[in-house]
Amino acid sequence: MNTKNQLYNYILEIADDSLILGQRLSEWCGHGPILEEDIALTNIALDFIGQANNLYEYAATLSENKITPDQLAFLRVDNDFKNALLVEQPNRDFAYTLARQFYFDAFRKLFFEKLIDSKDEQLSAIAEKSLKETKYHLKHSSEWIIRLGDGTEESHNRIQTAIDFLWKYTNELFEDNQAYTEILDLELGISVSALKSTWLEYVHSILTEATLTIPNSPFSQTGGRKGIHTEHLGYLLAEMQYMQRAFPNSTW
Amino acid sequence: MVTTKNIWESLEKVSDPEIPVLSIVDLGIVRNVEIDKELCTVTITPTYSGCPAMHTIEQEILTTLSPIIKTEVKSTLSPAWTTDWMSENGKKKLREYGIAPPENEVDKSVLFAKPTVVPCPKCNSQDTKMISQFGSTACKAHYQCNQCLEPFDYFKCLR
Ligand SMILES: [Zn+2]
Repeated sequence: MNTKNQLYNYILEIADDSLILGQRLSEWCGHGPILEEDIALTNIALDFIGQANNLYEYAATLSENKITPDQLAFLRVDNDFKNALLVEQPNRDFAYTLARQFYFDAFRKLFFEKLIDSKDEQLSAIAEKSLKETKYHLKHSSEWIIRLGDGTEESHNRIQTAIDFLWKYTNELFEDNQAYTEILDLELGISVSALKSTWLEYVHSILTEATLTIPNSPFSQTGGRKGIHTEHLGYLLAEMQYMQRAFPNSTW
Repeated sequence: MVTTKNIWESLEKVSDPEIPVLSIVDLGIVRNVEIDKELCTVTITPTYSGCPAMHTIEQEILTTLSPIIKTEVKSTLSPAWTTDWMSENGKKKLREYGIAPPENEVDKSVLFAKPTVVPCPKCNSQDTKMISQFGSTACKAHYQCNQCLEPFDYFKCLR
């Protein structure tokens, strides 16, 4: 793969994380446990979809085939998606949704903070823009982890279950992909493995404050970056891509 | 002969579709206006990544300027928009409209920080409470006044 090709795939990976999580969060629209949270989750969803749009637009300019951002979002099949397994996990309940969000926001903040230094101007600009929103997201999810963990017995148990269950999907966020060596060498992208210790530190501090037990299972599930997904992604895509599949090239 | 000054004046008439009381100039999303011979280039930047108003704003700019000069609209992400770019006039208009303008906020890494004091745009009381960090659009939070009980939007600080 040449550099341009690597960069294209690298951007898709970041974009896919944003799009899939944005789609998941948008499923809460009209179903939030309270009105304020319904609005919060869908506002955050919109930020993620906006980030994905900026990234797909940029990726499209690097593609060798004439491809549009919409085609990248709506016409690829599950194996083409490079998102981490964590973001495709179903919402289940509010606790699972917030646990997933907390793990991811904590990662994303560190990720964008570093990506700002990318030697690629557009990636740096997208990181700078997205970071501002991500700070709001992380504050929102961190506060909920503490509120639920340090809340009632019921809320404590449910958030603990979610935190434990999703733990196995977190390590994948910090696996450096061998396919992007050139991107890292040229300082266009960043090494995610270098972010892990800071992430752990932050996650530990919040879980401790939330009176939750820190998961320590070494088992980790991986594959999303290579296009090998859990069964949940297919259902998500079936819904998200329905319009373009049923009515090809339809526009608003 | 159309000057950039004329263009800026015309852009004052283009309002944000979600907050019609503010012009896109007040909001600070017009980053640059350039005239090269017969072509005017207006550069804008989104408030939030997913701001759904960007396409409408682009159309509005074209509709407003096309009778005066051939225009193209460009979008840029860097430097990223901040509420610090909102004009004083814009803040005044927001308050009169019933939306509290952005205040200097505490660092977002502080959890459960005492929410920023946002004076009520109706009665001006400092005794208000935050209902939700997220409001009717991505750029707003939801507050309520403890004195006159008015619920109101707060245009939150983005830095
Ligand atoms: Zn009041």
